[in-house]
Amino acid sequence: MSPTTHLDVATRKGLFLLQRAADGNWRIDGTAFLAESVTMVLRDGRDGLLYAALRHGHFGVKFQRSSDGGAHWEECATPLYPDKPEESDETTPWSLDQIWALEAGGVDQPGRLWAGTLPGGLFRSDDRGDSWHLVRSLWDRPERANWFGGGYDHPGIHSICVDPRDSDRVLVAVSCGGVWQTEDGGDNWRLTSEGMFAEYMPPERRHDPTIQDPHRVVRCAGDPDHLWASHHNGVFRSTDGGNSWSEVPNVAPSVFGFATAVAPNDPATAWFVPAVKDEHRIPVAGQVVVARTGDGGESFEVLRAGLPQEHGYDLVFRHALDVASDGEELVMGSTTGNLWSSQDRGESWQAISHHLPPIYAARFS
Amino acid sequence: MASVVFTPNLERHLSCPTAEVAAGSVRHVLREVFAKNPRLRGYLLDDQGELRKHVVAFVDGRQLSSKDGLETTLGSDSELYVMQALSGG
Repeated sequence: MSPTTHLDVATRKGLFLLQRAADGNWRIDGTAFLAESVTMVLRDGRDGLLYAALRHGHFGVKFQRSSDGGAHWEECATPLYPDKPEESDETTPWSLDQIWALEAGGVDQPGRLWAGTLPGGLFRSDDRGDSWHLVRSLWDRPERANWFGGGYDHPGIHSICVDPRDSDRVLVAVSCGGVWQTEDGGDNWRLTSEGMFAEYMPPERRHDPTIQDPHRVVRCAGDPDHLWASHHNGVFRSTDGGNSWSEVPNVAPSVFGFATAVAPNDPATAWFVPAVKDEHRIPVAGQVVVARTGDGGESFEVLRAGLPQEHGYDLVFRHALDVASDGEELVMGSTTGNLWSSQDRGESWQAISHHLPPIYAARFS
Repeated sequence: MASVVFTPNLERHLSCPTAEVAAGSVRHVLREVFAKNPRLRGYLLDDQGELRKHVVAFVDGRQLSSKDGLETTLGSDSELYVMQALSGG
């Protein structure tokens, strides 16, 4: 297990590259794209390349790549939706709005990248972002007509989990369109939202697997059949590779949230950052806390040491909580620009910064 | 020849000097510009080839309508200004 040496933070106003200082604390070592919206970052452990997805307010989405750790960048290809058929009557625009998820393919697939996007397309690159292809086998599924926006106006893919045992097995999660899996690198897809439900929907649609709203799905690296999901209705867990899901009702102080992390070395240990549900989306009672289970969701501890406990209105977005490969260290970034780390599995938190731009993603590598 | 002038804000991202192109529709004129500057297309047009939501264009001082604006015809002495909208920042 290689030690964690980098922490990359994508924000509303730029990319921040942190390194661990001699005293063990994280320091901002570099910046890029200041003032630009950076929706996602990926440092590829296979070849060291660093990728950043930008969302210019006026000029659209752009995809950037650095081969020297962020000192220099080059614009590479941007995923491009095909021409919308003239006969199509769907309201979803066939135009890239945001790269919402970005993951490396398997170690046996050098150069392969997966990009999940708004308005719902999954893209694949096999040449480190020099070109992209819309995965039509998912985009053309008739069930996509049932998808709808969750938080954003249109559907989006925010979670991509490559199975470390078999790189052709990939799970993606859609807000709002359920959980989908391929076993052949994306040629065919299965809808695997069984067990998820949505109490906020009309009764006859509550168990409809095509409209489920998983906010975030993560896979345990060391035990890949175990996955956790924050869903609009609450927390769900799978112990069979994401084929079926069961509710985890005991999350305190609330079951609603976005950020989700699972210990890479213990599938029963997971972290969440609860909030008041639905349209409120602020911490319960103005107290920023992390909920942790160590027993597969049977019980939860509410962890708050070092976090604001009075008039705290930080929301932690779905990609802004990460756990390091040692299963001990965590990082969490908020919409208020707070960036915290924990060295003790979330028991206590130390601020890295209190004044970054709103944080979209924080990733260890 | 018609002139095509781009907002200097684009220069933060890529070079796009004023271009002189043969008159025609705005869509045609932009296509000519993109032929020499392919990266520029994705900055101004969405995936379906329409002006981005927060990009605006003026022909001889008149803002193009969002509907069918790209079909507006430029004369040989027209000026096309391509700007960023005040929205979208």
